[in-house]
Amino acid sequence: MEKLLSEFTVGETGTVRTVSGEGRLRRRLFDMGVTPGAKITLRKKAPLGDPLEVNLRGYELTLRKTEAACVRMEVNA
Amino acid sequence: MKKFALAGNPNCGKTTLFNLLTGSAAYVGNWPGVTVEKREGTYKRGEERVRIVDLPGIYSLSPYTPEEVVSRNFILDEKPDCVIDVVDATNLERNLYLTTQLMEIDVPVIIALNMMDAVEKSGDAIDEKELERKIGLPVVRISALKNQGIKELMDRALKVSKEPRAGETVLKGSPIAHLVRDVSIALKGQKVENPLFHAVKLSEMDEIEAAAHEELVPMVDAFKSTFDDDTFGTDFDAVIADARYRYITENYSAVISRGNRGEPFTPSDKADKVLTHKIWGIPIFLVILLAIFHLTFSEDFLYLGAWASLGNGLPTLFDPVSEGGLGWEENAATTLLACFYDGAVFSPGVIFTNLWNWLLGWVGTLFELCCANAAPWVGSFVVDGIWGGLSSVLGFLPQILVLFLFFSILEDSGYMARVAFILDRIFRKFGLTGRAFMPMIMGFGCSLPAMINTRTLADEKERTATVRVIPFFSCGAKLPILTAIAGGIVTSFGVGNADLITYGMYLLGIVTAIFCVLFMRSTSLRGEISPFLMELPAYHAPLFKGLMIHLWDKTKHFIKKAFTVIFASTIVIWFLSSFSWDWKFLPQEIEYEGETFMANLRMNESILGSIGMLVQPLFTPLGFGAQLQSAGWVFAVAALTGLVAKENVIATFGTLAAAIAGSYVATEEGVMETVAIIEATGVNVPGLIAFIAFNMLTVPCFAACATARAELPKGKFQWTLLFWLATSYIVSAAIYLVGTWWWTAFIFAAALAASIAGIALWNKKHPPKKSANVEEEK
Repeated sequence: MEKLLSEFTVGETGTVRTVSGEGRLRRRLFDMGVTPGAKITLRKKAPLGDPLEVNLRGYELTLRKTEAACVRMEVNA
Repeated sequence: MKKFALAGNPNCGKTTLFNLLTGSAAYVGNWPGVTVEKREGTYKRGEERVRIVDLPGIYSLSPYTPEEVVSRNFILDEKPDCVIDVVDATNLERNLYLTTQLMEIDVPVIIALNMMDAVEKSGDAIDEKELERKIGLPVVRISALKNQGIKELMDRALKVSKEPRAGETVLKGSPIAHLVRDVSIALKGQKVENPLFHAVKLSEMDEIEAAAHEELVPMVDAFKSTFDDDTFGTDFDAVIADARYRYITENYSAVISRGNRGEPFTPSDKADKVLTHKIWGIPIFLVILLAIFHLTFSEDFLYLGAWASLGNGLPTLFDPVSEGGLGWEENAATTLLACFYDGAVFSPGVIFTNLWNWLLGWVGTLFELCCANAAPWVGSFVVDGIWGGLSSVLGFLPQILVLFLFFSILEDSGYMARVAFILDRIFRKFGLTGRAFMPMIMGFGCSLPAMINTRTLADEKERTATVRVIPFFSCGAKLPILTAIAGGIVTSFGVGNADLITYGMYLLGIVTAIFCVLFMRSTSLRGEISPFLMELPAYHAPLFKGLMIHLWDKTKHFIKKAFTVIFASTIVIWFLSSFSWDWKFLPQEIEYEGETFMANLRMNESILGSIGMLVQPLFTPLGFGAQLQSAGWVFAVAALTGLVAKENVIATFGTLAAAIAGSYVATEEGVMETVAIIEATGVNVPGLIAFIAFNMLTVPCFAACATARAELPKGKFQWTLLFWLATSYIVSAAIYLVGTWWWTAFIFAAALAASIAGIALWNKKHPPKKSANVEEEK
């Protein structure tokens, strides 16, 4: 099933399909390892619901919901 | 001398390695992006001396953050003899991503595989020989923390640096390998240095690169038109990033062998569960913040005195027994005791400050004794001009250090990054990211390090806005102004509560800061909020050594500041206030409470005094201008001396009170001086509050100005000065006018509503252009 990283529920894991977004943001996402094929788990949401904390490539990354909305994911069963 | 550069991801242990190599004390924190400029030192323990340059931590060599540009330009332009790529072994994949970019530059590169001890502790293993074979670069395992493998690293680095190395790329197997090869051949034909690196960047259509080699852009475009990839289309940026990570995953999963992890959650995860909890996260943060300020600034530790006053109260030391004191005599021993306790137990920060000031007091006395027989102006120059200026800055060192100690603990432990995570949602409403929180809260301690810390903000406009409002977060040196005048108001007029006024002013600073950020972000500094993509480092207990290094770094910074900018400017102000236009030296000996000393009771005749009188009318709308007639200039002069260091404002009150009221008083808190000034000038309560607000919001001390000038983008400093003056003037005028004539509130409200509506309307008509530079509108 495909959905956006911003729509994930806590604990859900998926694989990155595509990354969209404006140049600088997309480049930054790539640099941080959010590239197609990367496995990402949503670890938690901040107390106010945003930003999100995800685990990928063995480290913890935080990003906003708007930024996570640029990442289309394939949800792992 | 050979020159080695340290490059690597933020938070990978680069600065720890730098300190180890050079013996220097660069600050190490557990906050991504702590090294915000390049630092240099010398390695002396090898066969030859080597200059070591610590570059800021970066994830990539893309041109989007100042850190990345600094590192990239250094390696390309200054051509180090070797790049030591520090790789965090606990996070191999992401760290090697930078390595794949560094290796494209024609420079010897050696990989320092750091934090291997942590990898082994977690049960994993990395085969560094295999890594070396696969990547084609020498790999040395080290532990910067435990000082292991450093000698070997430097020996091998020295060996590698002797042979030039041509750039290599991992993109050979990628769909755009042809393009990279063709462009690099074309660049080589033009005799461009580092052709491979530039070719890859040009294929990415990197902004800096495309501008530098315009003639080759059509080649990339032509290739693009023939290219079609299923996943990425013609998005070469994505193709390249993907190819790098693909290469890393394919090759290095073989290098790492994962051990058996007993439990899925590390202690760090457990701590994080509590500290960023959905409900408790924010309250816990507020409690930590309150505790820090209590431990640093409170003169009633754990509110012991307040609790005791429910009963009979704790006795003060020197008051007579009839007034609830112990009636002790002041001597060396009792004044020392008074550093710890006087009617209430002091908090550690206050005790430290008291002890320090006690020491400074002795040094001051020593200076006075030395100059006892010198000419009056020499004595005054040494005691007031030189020592007065130095001690005013040094006196604040303890509280700033204690505050920094706590902030460094938060930072080193990794909690500060979580604070940004928790608060980002709130800060975004004001057009900033959660990262801006850190410099702002540091502003309560001192503006200088706070302004330097803004370099962790990725966006230039956001950084400018933050630097500008940092002085509004009332620093430690402004506190005496608040307490003295608040105390004066309560004593003279019998209205209000000194603590309430003080807290109110702190709040005013914060509200003004928020309002100004909103204002700037919707006018002169319009732009999109920068992305909030940040690594959250694992929690770890801060190291004692690291903390001490940090504190020493700060101490050095302050001492340097005290002996340079402040030193020079204090002497200028001393000169202006001690001499009249006809070169007459004004201070003279006076007697007060049985002691004789020098005091400048005729400051009104001084050069500074006449400047004060000249500008006095300007402050009329603020309540301390022309309406105070002949004595009103004291406020202008006090504000001017505040430029040296804000605590001078109240010290100046002391001498000026004597000059205009004729009687000299000196109290520790400055309340009696303020009362004398109030009586002599006839200023009203709104005028006094406006005066506090003016000093809080106006141009900060010289040292902070110098820092702001260095931190702000070119050409923004003079606007910033104007911004400080305008903000302080408008806010203070509003306070005075509304406080004196309540109905003027309607005029201010109407003006505010009109300007908000005007800005909103203008912004609606002129939507912000993407990545266009909006010029200063002022």
